[in-house]
Amino acid sequence: MSARDDILAKVKAAIADAEQEKPIPREYRTTTTDGLDTFLDRLAHYDATTHVVEPAELEGVVRAALGNRRRIIVPEAWMTAVEEPLTDDPPLTHDQIDQSQGVLTTCALAIAQTGTIILDGGPGMGRRALTLLPDYHLCVVKHDQIVASVPEAIAKLQTNPTRPITFISGPSATVDIEMTRVRGVHGPRNLEVIITT
Amino acid sequence: MNRSGDLIWTDDPPFSQNAKQAVHNSQLRRNVRNATATIRQRRAGLVAETPDWQELRHAGAAIKDDVLHHLDTYLTEFEQNATANGAHVHWAHDATQATAIVADLIKETGNTEVIKVKSMATQEIGLVEALKHQGITAHETDLAELIIQLSHDKPSHIVVPALHRNRAEIRRIFLDHMPDAPQDLTDDPHALAEAARLHLRRLFLKTKTAISGANFAIAETGGLLVAESEGNGRMCLTLPDTLISVVGIEKLIPTFKDLEVFLQLLPRSATGERMNPYNSIWTGVTENDGPQSVHIVLLDNGRTNALKDGTGRQALRCIRCAACLNVCPVYERTGGHAYGATYPGPIGAILTPLMVGVEHAPQLPFASSLCGACYEVCPVEIDIPTVLVKLRHDAVKAKPHKTEDATFAAAARAMSGRRRWTAALKAAKAMRLIRHSAPPPLSRWTRTRDLPAPPTEPFREWWKKRDR
Repeated sequence: MSARDDILAKVKAAIADAEQEKPIPREYRTTTTDGLDTFLDRLAHYDATTHVVEPAELEGVVRAALGNRRRIIVPEAWMTAVEEPLTDDPPLTHDQIDQSQGVLTTCALAIAQTGTIILDGGPGMGRRALTLLPDYHLCVVKHDQIVASVPEAIAKLQTNPTRPITFISGPSATVDIEMTRVRGVHGPRNLEVIITT
Repeated sequence: MNRSGDLIWTDDPPFSQNAKQAVHNSQLRRNVRNATATIRQRRAGLVAETPDWQELRHAGAAIKDDVLHHLDTYLTEFEQNATANGAHVHWAHDATQATAIVADLIKETGNTEVIKVKSMATQEIGLVEALKHQGITAHETDLAELIIQLSHDKPSHIVVPALHRNRAEIRRIFLDHMPDAPQDLTDDPHALAEAARLHLRRLFLKTKTAISGANFAIAETGGLLVAESEGNGRMCLTLPDTLISVVGIEKLIPTFKDLEVFLQLLPRSATGERMNPYNSIWTGVTENDGPQSVHIVLLDNGRTNALKDGTGRQALRCIRCAACLNVCPVYERTGGHAYGATYPGPIGAILTPLMVGVEHAPQLPFASSLCGACYEVCPVEIDIPTVLVKLRHDAVKAKPHKTEDATFAAAARAMSGRRRWTAALKAAKAMRLIRHSAPPPLSRWTRTRDLPAPPTEPFREWWKKRDR
């Protein structure tokens, strides 16, 4: 008997006495009143820099945010504000990504209550390594991509649940040393978010 | 049952002995108290601002019970969907089998160095040690696990494994055991984190095989989720060519939608945050993105044993948040090592005996004052006190206590007749002399308890006098 068959047999025997079907009570909130203000507040709490701009201002704000940085990764060159972007086509090596000075992406959606930005590899987001190795991540969020709560975000992601999905809630951190929150272990230490109205 | 791996570090972990030593270690107590108090406060604040917290707990408990009550169905569904998306699914009875599977997979790649993400399942099976014996070095990449690994220590907490170490001790460990640590390293947490960052970055960029666990396995899609704060998880899950994930069979959730419950319960309970910095969800292989060789090892290692117990099986709902550790007055005073097992604290006191058999860990269900705080904070409503009492019953049945049995038999005889009972009451007057300190072996009992004072005369004598 394979381990698989054996384990499944043990499971079946163990739960033979289990209770009948019980409906799952889902009386938790499916939405909250959290909006843009909460989103900005949460990001500020995570030490992420934020801007709220009109779409027409976007390019200018992106250029200003990038400042003197060169070697910026822009997946599929989704935005033209950057001169000579690194487009990952052909694919960059890990070292090349590591030596870039930042990455500029869109997002799939965002959650206001938790200050979360979600990437799923869709247009303008690129593969996961691109938003992991650089030290600076500039992310453009459209206002209508922001949902209030986690249940709403999960509902939206359910249309493509097998994509590689990354939830980003602030720059990387650890509390392993005396519970002191230290920013920036691995992953981008600087997160900057531009929300277009 | 055969014991393999690291679920318990010795047979019959002597909690009472270990605890006695631990409470005298004031540095340990200070570290543990500060750390647990901090997360406790943060958690409490977030729960207070969440009006549907109890509803989320009810849903979390019910979803996990649904999984456990139909575990065979969900396991096969998960396997099917994971495989359809390009993952290879393996099954392991126990630690020995699991470590063998992982070692063989690594050998197939030709790598002798691998990176790993913190995972309680890999801790439980003693994976790092087992791989070392096979010539494979597994580098821990979580800051706390790195600290533990460099100092040849054992973790003392499920979520914050090095919480028993303060900054000065961590600095010492880095200076002594991290070859590339700067000589002028201070004990500032930021400096310590930076030293770890640079040390690990090199590893991340060049290592081709990684090992992880998973917080949740989604039956409906075949996907896995890893929740973390530092980014080392993302490094291990994204950069290498081969990824091997060891997942306890109870980690399943039925559908993707169920994440909406657990992604609210877990961060608040584990680290006192609305959301932890990074969550990664991946389903098998995605072309041109991440590891192209993905393996999942489904682990039993005593879970089917726990599943058999009608009262105890709720322990398998556990989502490893450690909220119960953070609130436990016993854990706060002893730290995690005293439990002598991979899973310490209240959850460890029930899960460990359920998995290895209570006869191999009979002291653990007694490592509690039954205050019930753990039950109140558990995000999936595990009734830990009820399971503790049930396991105490089982422990006593497994190893009858001769003196205790004799005492109760004597008491039963004394109470079985009027004359006998009157004589016994007269003898009880003598008990007043030993209320606070009896001679051994009774002294073991009276050292931590005060006997209630017997009255100066038994009620029946008083009543007789009163009648006249």
